[in-house]
Amino acid sequence: MKSIFAFLTVAVFLVSCNPAPTSSKSSKGALASNAAEKVYVAPGQYDEYYAFLSGGFSGQLAVYGLPSGRLFRVIPVFSQDPQEGYGYNEETKPMLNTSHGFIPWGDSHHPDISQTNGVIDGRWVFINENNTPRIARISLKTFETEEIIEIPNSAGNHSSSFVTENSEYVVAGTRFAIPIPQRDMPISDYKGNFKASLSFIKINPESGHMNIAFQLRMPGFDYDLSHPGRGKSHGWFFFSMYNTEEAHSLLEVNASQNDKDFIAAVNWKKIEEYIKQGKGHKEQTRYAHNLWNDDTHTATSTMEKEIWVVNPVDVPGAIYLLPTPKSPHGCDVDPTGEYIIGNGKLAASMTVHSFTKMKKAIADKAFDGDAYGIPILKFEAVNYGTLEQPGLGPLHTEFDTRGNAYTSFFISSEVVKWNIKDLKVIDRHPVYYSVGHLMIPGGNSRKPFDKYLVVLNKITKDRYLPTGPEVCQSAQLFDISGDKMQLLLDFPTIGEPHYAAGIPAKMIMDKSQKIYKLEDNKHPDAVKSEADTKVIRKGNEVHVYMSMIRSHFSPDNIEGVKVGDKVFFHITNLEQDYDVPHGFAMIGANTSEMLIMPGRTSTLIWEPKEVGVWPFYCTDFCSALHQEMQGYVRVSAKGANTPIKYTLDDEVPGEEEE
Amino acid sequence: MRKDKLLMIFGSLLLLLLFVFPLWKITLLAPQYPEPLGLNIHITHLSDGNQFNDVNNIDLLNHYIGMAHLPTEINVKKGEVKPFKEFVIIPIVVIVLVVLGVIFGFIGKRKLYATWLGLLALSGIVGMYDFYNWLYIYGHKLDPNAILKITDKVTGEMMAYQPPVFGFKQMLNFQVYSYPSTGVYFIGLSFVLVVLAFIVSSKNKLKN
Repeated sequence: MKSIFAFLTVAVFLVSCNPAPTSSKSSKGALASNAAEKVYVAPGQYDEYYAFLSGGFSGQLAVYGLPSGRLFRVIPVFSQDPQEGYGYNEETKPMLNTSHGFIPWGDSHHPDISQTNGVIDGRWVFINENNTPRIARISLKTFETEEIIEIPNSAGNHSSSFVTENSEYVVAGTRFAIPIPQRDMPISDYKGNFKASLSFIKINPESGHMNIAFQLRMPGFDYDLSHPGRGKSHGWFFFSMYNTEEAHSLLEVNASQNDKDFIAAVNWKKIEEYIKQGKGHKEQTRYAHNLWNDDTHTATSTMEKEIWVVNPVDVPGAIYLLPTPKSPHGCDVDPTGEYIIGNGKLAASMTVHSFTKMKKAIADKAFDGDAYGIPILKFEAVNYGTLEQPGLGPLHTEFDTRGNAYTSFFISSEVVKWNIKDLKVIDRHPVYYSVGHLMIPGGNSRKPFDKYLVVLNKITKDRYLPTGPEVCQSAQLFDISGDKMQLLLDFPTIGEPHYAAGIPAKMIMDKSQKIYKLEDNKHPDAVKSEADTKVIRKGNEVHVYMSMIRSHFSPDNIEGVKVGDKVFFHITNLEQDYDVPHGFAMIGANTSEMLIMPGRTSTLIWEPKEVGVWPFYCTDFCSALHQEMQGYVRVSAKGANTPIKYTLDDEVPGEEEE
Repeated sequence: MRKDKLLMIFGSLLLLLLFVFPLWKITLLAPQYPEPLGLNIHITHLSDGNQFNDVNNIDLLNHYIGMAHLPTEINVKKGEVKPFKEFVIIPIVVIVLVVLGVIFGFIGKRKLYATWLGLLALSGIVGMYDFYNWLYIYGHKLDPNAILKITDKVTGEMMAYQPPVFGFKQMLNFQVYSYPSTGVYFIGLSFVLVVLAFIVSSKNKLKN
């Protein structure tokens, strides 16, 4: 015992002799003294902005407040969420259906908010899934995923899901070229045989419902990111691409050889006209279209079978390639729609193209050959200028309303503020570490709300308390209202945040739904009052039509269930009060709990395997009597003749009145 | 038509607005209810004071302390509780007052105006007493099987939960406010108009 104590004393002494590693770091002490005040949102006060950060490989979408960096909610989108039962209960399972069957996980990337007249309107957030190409639409009234559409003929849905300035379209692109249609062929025959797809998904202006209007069958390059034209360039869409070498292996070397790759400029308005004239053709394919119905609280999955395909040669004058050095990643359009910024991730410079020059180059036919029939415009004829050596590894650019751009530099781990017209660097600030995307609320629109800038880092290393080999992902908040950028706050994020979208809180907070009206509940298995609750046997299926209200289930005693039965709990939350969800968990059920919002109905399946009396309970602390919100199911042996019996307080619900 | 007659007729007709606007409002604030619950009391029914479903939500909370059910639409339908007799009686009283008021107005006699004012005042006093009575019953006639049974620290007796007729009272975690609502203001206006009718009519008499 003594020796341990002595050892500890020595150990403490040794530790205290070491210079504290953090004290030598200027970065952490560099905050101006007023930074704390700028991010402090007093208890009970609201944040100024909502920020929607992609959950990356969590597959979800996280909702934060700015400037506090507080996490409010994680909206389940592409991955099952046992906390709410999303993708586990019978109503939401169809949301995760694809042409490959049910997929429990996704890789979410780039949220973008719907727009009207070039300004974000706060109706929906769209977000893409990279692995099994899909786009989801999330309501900003309910903060729930309302629709997921799969993108056929696509792989690595990365240059997605950006919205045009009147939410006419949301787009999808392919990071991987693939054989279209898929077939058995040697990988080494990639060049010239693999193809890529750029998909234009029409958004219904009333309902938000998506349908794939057309798909461009592009050469087999890798389409990385995209942004819509706006203002003067509205009607065009710009896609960056790499691997114009068409390498199929060791891309880190083989796809980095060309001095210039491209940004594709796609005139979708012109393509619409061509399609009206009948250009393009129908192709057979398969893709899932999953739609949530807010009246029945149930999703349906439909397998679509056709798609309209347009080849670039069918639509002359609609697609051009803008040479851009080297392997451009981000492809960003400034709020005026004039400047198209190519973030050549292997270049030491930023390429700025001019929309006006591009139009003139097209009129002058200033071509420099073609790629698979798509005209390549002369670099000099479209290029506005180059920002020389601003940093290393530019990835993405966002904009303020004062003509400035903010670019993330992954390799040199910094944000650089520069003036687009002058092509001059104004300010730079290190970030911790290796920033990917950055976000200014309203960033992809004519009207950025340019008070804050959020940078989304790929690496955190020593920025937070260590948590084993896997440490948190992180965002950093800057004040960009002055000439110099001021770092205000670090905050951890879920998954790996790719892009994000932000919106002033006052644009959506008052529209946020509080409850679902019971009278509007059209779920076929809903009960509207305790008197309607019942248990019915249909062969070996037992259907429990149950209600929940503070603080009991009705019925809460159920008998007559047998081993081998399939028990369906159709549960309706009868509450009509704000923030009173109830949960439901059944011992031994091979699924997650269900969290049921006021006025909603959800269904859980339980297949009891053992004889006994098994409890269920409410999982969400709903009231002072939450612990009492529980019940029992009696399970009899297979073949037993225990009759179905269901009671609440030893009476059959609804019986006295009949 | 004479000014006093118009005042009398218009004044009494104002009471018809009681069929539209609530008489009284009880507001409940608690830590869990930062947006307060509201109970509007009309002459014919109860209604949500602030947000959708307030009445049912108040009724739901009341069961914790064993308070009797409110005559909400759902509870009446279920047969849990009968609607207040007052929901029938008070509308009749109002209609009678209006009809009498109009008749009195056409006759145009000062004494009748005074009579009408007396009737209105009497109805008001009886109404307020009745209101107090109901609050007493709801506050004291509690279910012996109530979930929350709290005894008064001082008296050692079971706590009662009688909401105030007028003003503020702390009831467990709830701050309860009870104040007249739009309907009562219209009664007041009606009273003032008829008083004016009385005064105008007196002046006319003096002039003649």
